[in-house]
Amino acid sequence: MPAPIKRVEGRMAPLDLADVDTDQIIPKQFLKRIERTGYGPFLFYDWRARGDFVLDRPEHAGARVLVAGANFGCGSSREHAPWALRDFGFRAIIAPSFADIFRGNCYKTGLLAVTLPESQVRHLIDLVTEDPTAMVVVDLEGQEVRGDGFSYPFEIDAFPREMLLKGFDDISLIERREQEIAAYEEARAEWLPAVPAVSQSRRN
Amino acid sequence: MARTLAQKLWDAHVVRSAPGEPDLLFVDLHLVHEVTSPQAFEGLRMAGRHVRRPDLTVATMDHNVPTRGGVKAADELSRKQMDVLVENCRAEGIALHQIGSRAQGIVHVIGPELGLTQPGMLIVCGDSHTSTHGAFGALAFGIGTSEVEIVLATQCLPQKRQGDLAVTVSGDLPVGVTAKDIVLGLIGRTGTSAGQGHLVEYRGPTIRGLSMEGRMTICNMSIEWGAKAGMVAPDETTFAYVEGKPHAPTGAAWEKALDHWRSLRSDDGAVFDGEIEVDASALEPHVTWGTTPAQVAPVTGRVPSPHSETDERALRYMDLKPGVALADIAIDRVFIGSCTNARLEDLRAAAGVIHGRHVHPKVRAMVVPGSTSVKLAAEKEGLDAVFKAAGFEWRNAGCSMCLGMNPDILAPGERCASTSNRNFEGRQGSGGRTHLMSPPMAAAAAITGHLVDVRELI
Ligand code: SF4
Repeated sequence: MPAPIKRVEGRMAPLDLADVDTDQIIPKQFLKRIERTGYGPFLFYDWRARGDFVLDRPEHAGARVLVAGANFGCGSSREHAPWALRDFGFRAIIAPSFADIFRGNCYKTGLLAVTLPESQVRHLIDLVTEDPTAMVVVDLEGQEVRGDGFSYPFEIDAFPREMLLKGFDDISLIERREQEIAAYEEARAEWLPAVPAVSQSRRN
Repeated sequence: MARTLAQKLWDAHVVRSAPGEPDLLFVDLHLVHEVTSPQAFEGLRMAGRHVRRPDLTVATMDHNVPTRGGVKAADELSRKQMDVLVENCRAEGIALHQIGSRAQGIVHVIGPELGLTQPGMLIVCGDSHTSTHGAFGALAFGIGTSEVEIVLATQCLPQKRQGDLAVTVSGDLPVGVTAKDIVLGLIGRTGTSAGQGHLVEYRGPTIRGLSMEGRMTICNMSIEWGAKAGMVAPDETTFAYVEGKPHAPTGAAWEKALDHWRSLRSDDGAVFDGEIEVDASALEPHVTWGTTPAQVAPVTGRVPSPHSETDERALRYMDLKPGVALADIAIDRVFIGSCTNARLEDLRAAAGVIHGRHVHPKVRAMVVPGSTSVKLAAEKEGLDAVFKAAGFEWRNAGCSMCLGMNPDILAPGERCASTSNRNFEGRQGSGGRTHLMSPPMAAAAAITGHLVDVRELI
């Protein structure tokens, strides 16, 4: 369960590209770990290996907010992508749009994925390109991204917002619905497939 | 009120609905594989929880299995991941189809094959191509590892309601044009994110005329245009496919199930948030030229001039110049495989092109069946002999070079004609270049050594 998160404050790093897919964020050769941590060094591995990758420039070291292009996080459902971004040091990502599974994965990882209109994202990218020390606050409570001379309100669904603010454990919330779940299970059609809970591999 | 198929499926799985909260949905089938599950099982263990419904959970090994040499051929980390899956399944009583089992294969190939995938179900898996199962008139979508943990623990999943899109396909598919070309053409038109936040229903006479394999190919790639799920209303083709499969209902239960399944269609007058029309009769075989599935064109076309920085970057990565005829692009490798196009029908279609011909001397080509049972069925009808005689490698089932977690990868700079679903940078191996296409098109490329219009060979 991620810790509660109310706001993220810090410097930005720009990734001025659309359709950044999770294969780029964390290439498959690093998906073989069985832990949730330790992915940071492999973030954007192939791009960084080619040299002069924007996130490796000294002026962006320690940035906490990633600003990126549209449809960020498309492709594979690998939650290793937000794990790697978080491990690397990011706590929030701002983009004009996110792929659905990726955004959900971010919330579960305690990463703020914030959608702003294209023009405002453009402004942030220009700003950090010009002045890498520019600070932003991504304020989940107040639902706005603000900095020197600007404040951009953002929308976020009420439920994930609550979960992020309070750091709830989804599973224990669902477990409170035991009666409803049991009633649903009771009423399921009997023909629905079920697999005897044994190791099938031994049988075939 | 008139409802869409997607709404009917959704409503039927609501355990609880409350204002301001996502709906709590019940999951009928949870498919598990070795790569996205270890952290979820670990989370359960740390919280002292157990799998609520092992009988509704089925596991297989697919993503990093070696396609020759058995489990021992895997690298140490892959082997560890597989061992951990075996251990987790044993501890929680989950059925597991491991390497060596006849039922092993790509998770989205074995679900339908075993009859686990049925109309009306809600199916999830820690894999984005779970949308494949929607071909049966099921609601099926990919989830992340934290969600895998939620489903393991509760068999439920909180989900926000999604919008509805309809894609209506009419017109006869021309010779040499396949379901893959329908979906590639569609993605080329819509872009990579038009489906975001939506459940898509594919319908119309052309879809009705497709086999289950073809429907699966289309639903599979729903995620490549951003959709949460893709689906096709079940019909006689669906029922005929499911009937007699190992987990399909029988006798009176089959009749009851059929009655229910026949109600799974969008009501007349149901309203969609958007509708897209596709004329299949105007389609040509498609190939991708860039690094997203939306960067695609008919094979008769040319590499387009870039319209954006993303296009420019893609052309640089693919080492292609605008204006070059797509059919002039030479290839090094051919991969026939993946959950998009490695079912028996796909292998038959590819073999039909290859029969009596030989793989171009500069090309290394391989076939990786989608499952062990596809492999056995193909061998029974002699397809393996056709491929091998032509110079193809005939491998064991797995994801293989669709994502290259096992040793099957492209070398940097190598160019591949692939029947898979993603042409992202490095997807098939760091620095590798992928052109997506249908199985007959990949087969034709293997023979000629370059991208080619398969219609010239049939
Ligand atoms: S075949 Fe490819 S797309 Fe399909 S499940 Fe395996 S890795 Fe994913």
